[in-house]
Amino acid sequence: MSTPRKPSLSLGPIYYLWDGAKWRDFYFRIADEAPVAHVVLGETVCSKRQNFTEPHIADVVDRLEAAGKRVTLSSLAMVTLERESQHVRSLVFDSSHPIEANDLAALGLLRGTPHSIGPLVNVYNAATARVLAARGAENICLPPELPMRSICTLAAEMPDFSFEIFAFGRMPLAISARCAHARSKGLTKDNCQFICREEPDGLPLRTLDSQSFLVLNGVQTMSHSCVALVEELTEIASAGISRIRLSPQDCDMVAVVQIYDAVLSGRLDSGEALTRLAAIYPSTPFSNGFYHQEKGAAWVARARNATLGA
Amino acid sequence: MELICPAGTPAAFKEAVDAGADAVYCGFRDETNARNFPGLNFSREELGQSIVYAKARNVQTFVALNTFMRAGCESLWHKAADDAVRLGASALILADFGLMAYVAETYPQQRLHVSVQASASNREAIRFLVDAFGARRVVLPRILTVQDIARLTRQIDCEVEVFAFGGLCVMAEGRCSLSSYATGKSPNMNGVCSPASHVKYRQEGAEMTSELGDYTINRYGPGEAAGYPTLCKGRFSVGEESGYAFEDPVSLDVMDHLDALRDAGVSALKIEGRQRGKAYVAEVVATLKKSLTADASGRAALISRLRLMSEGQRTTSGAFEKRWR
Amino acid sequence: MLVPSVLAKPLDFAPLALIEHFARRIFDRVLKVHPDLFERLGDYRSKRFCFSPSDLPLHFVVIPEGRVVEVSRGIRQPTADAVISGPLFILLALLEGRCDGDALFFSRDLMVTGDIEAMLALRNALDDSVIDLAADLGGMTGPLAPLVISTARYIRSRALRGKAL
Repeated sequence: MSTPRKPSLSLGPIYYLWDGAKWRDFYFRIADEAPVAHVVLGETVCSKRQNFTEPHIADVVDRLEAAGKRVTLSSLAMVTLERESQHVRSLVFDSSHPIEANDLAALGLLRGTPHSIGPLVNVYNAATARVLAARGAENICLPPELPMRSICTLAAEMPDFSFEIFAFGRMPLAISARCAHARSKGLTKDNCQFICREEPDGLPLRTLDSQSFLVLNGVQTMSHSCVALVEELTEIASAGISRIRLSPQDCDMVAVVQIYDAVLSGRLDSGEALTRLAAIYPSTPFSNGFYHQEKGAAWVARARNATLGA
Repeated sequence: MELICPAGTPAAFKEAVDAGADAVYCGFRDETNARNFPGLNFSREELGQSIVYAKARNVQTFVALNTFMRAGCESLWHKAADDAVRLGASALILADFGLMAYVAETYPQQRLHVSVQASASNREAIRFLVDAFGARRVVLPRILTVQDIARLTRQIDCEVEVFAFGGLCVMAEGRCSLSSYATGKSPNMNGVCSPASHVKYRQEGAEMTSELGDYTINRYGPGEAAGYPTLCKGRFSVGEESGYAFEDPVSLDVMDHLDALRDAGVSALKIEGRQRGKAYVAEVVATLKKSLTADASGRAALISRLRLMSEGQRTTSGAFEKRWR
Repeated sequence: MLVPSVLAKPLDFAPLALIEHFARRIFDRVLKVHPDLFERLGDYRSKRFCFSPSDLPLHFVVIPEGRVVEVSRGIRQPTADAVISGPLFILLALLEGRCDGDALFFSRDLMVTGDIEAMLALRNALDDSVIDLAADLGGMTGPLAPLVISTARYIRSRALRGKAL
């Protein structure tokens, strides 16, 4: 195998509901300071939230593009209402930016247009990736659930295709018609008062024995643990993966991007990187279980850590 | 409307046929289907015999190959599709685009149904599946209201099948990794949700605790009706409150909406429960068959008998009614 | 629902060897009628399954592979990989596939501990078998015969009334 190219960094969409100003300022800072090549943005989880960010999208996109970032717009993960169908149609037909499809509606409408596939579309094998590539997909962010063996097989079977790996952030694990977040505060989805705004990093859910487990994010359920594929980056790069996705949490994401950039460039070893990440995003355990074909919540430390970290 | 009935074993298959199923759905004994439970499902020979039994009684057999092909192991799924076609399956129920493409290209005459696991919840999604793979029927995810369904059926050129009775997925099907997050076994890849290998029950006095992997899922008081140890129906703490964060242990029953579903243009009603015993299959199929022709009051009386067999001994119409959200 | 005490009483006095004899006979019968039970059980055929009727002072341990059936008396459950407990008529109705195990679990009539996967495999394997205890044991003789046969009939009548469901 030839020497792999260094994968580029991409910033995934913010899955949470942040206030408009906070959302805008976050991206302004990313534009000015974060060494990411790609930024995927736009409401992905709940169509009711779109009003919060819409007033700022144009400014944010301008600023990111001025800084040389490639901007992709994220489509909704779940489309059931006529209003949501309309929204996806206008996103696909009216937008001058590439779209990341997170549901089959966008996938269907994007046929023949170059586009990306988000981690919420089920791509588990090269046969599926080829179907999507033939319809115009140029980049696929694989589901966080995929083990390393599947990732390597996909990359090996489609060596010229751009695959992306979800390498940092709480994992999107499920989505429902029902809003558990609103429900936990005595509200329903239809009368939610945008209550999920109160938890910009998700609402923790614990077991009856007080084990940290998941977080609620509107209609989406996410892992409590934060994926941190750091020690795995070398392997991911040599498998031929093109992009590394960092999913925004309510922490210093510029610093997170800088750490991943430093590891990919060989300027920072993975042990030190993990220590720094833990300081930036404290009180949330890291996980990498899916990658190592274990339960997603697991943390698998590499034996060589002992020497690398010394 | 057709009645589509579950079978986890040849014995249950026969019960379903005898009780009046229009079609029985089942799967092979491996991870190619989403009920890959120990001791369940069909060998090639058993499927062949079951299809013959069904055909002789004018009943269709649908074969579920509704997990996602593991990269590098696609031949397991391809072989399953080959065998299901060879054995005379009336339709294949598929979720993976790669597998749909394989079946559409290799067996263009074979009826292809879109599994609920594919999460096709809107007209664009369904049109895509019809155009790309020639899908003839789509099983809708349990996230739509009856009104949504009525609107949808008018917009698409494809039959619609909906879940009417049995287990209720609270999350959009095929898009849930909660179980694999806790256990490493995935509904999408391994065909198991809350795998028995990771389930523990502990009796502590009169209380019963259920655990999945390392996580406590529920604690039932004395005599309190129980449910499956699935994460979406567990008791959790959020903030200061403890309770059912997603949904109670409860199962789906939309028979109250039968007329509305018929008017909405639904082609088939599906009963969940390939993991259930043959006694359950016989009882539920016979009762629902009767209620399809009964009037509203007769129907209610018939269905109420089934409630005690349901998870948590309770039922809900779930997302079929808007207020559930 | 419990075994009527008139049925349970004789078991307090019956020699274990005799009970074991009948338990094995039931089990052998099941295997003979449905040899593919083993195939469905797969790797779980070597597990120790314990059946503990909650209304009888007895435990039955079965290892399908070795055709082993052990009967013990007392409160303490013997060591086993998986244990299922509930009223005798429900355990037997389950053996016959006349009721749905999940429904009985939901109603808390059944409790399962230990290796749930093994127990599920056994349940599914049994459910695919067509076992008819009353017919199979009809020709039985000996001091326990009336008890066994009347229990079998009792199960039948209860199961058919839907009580076990």
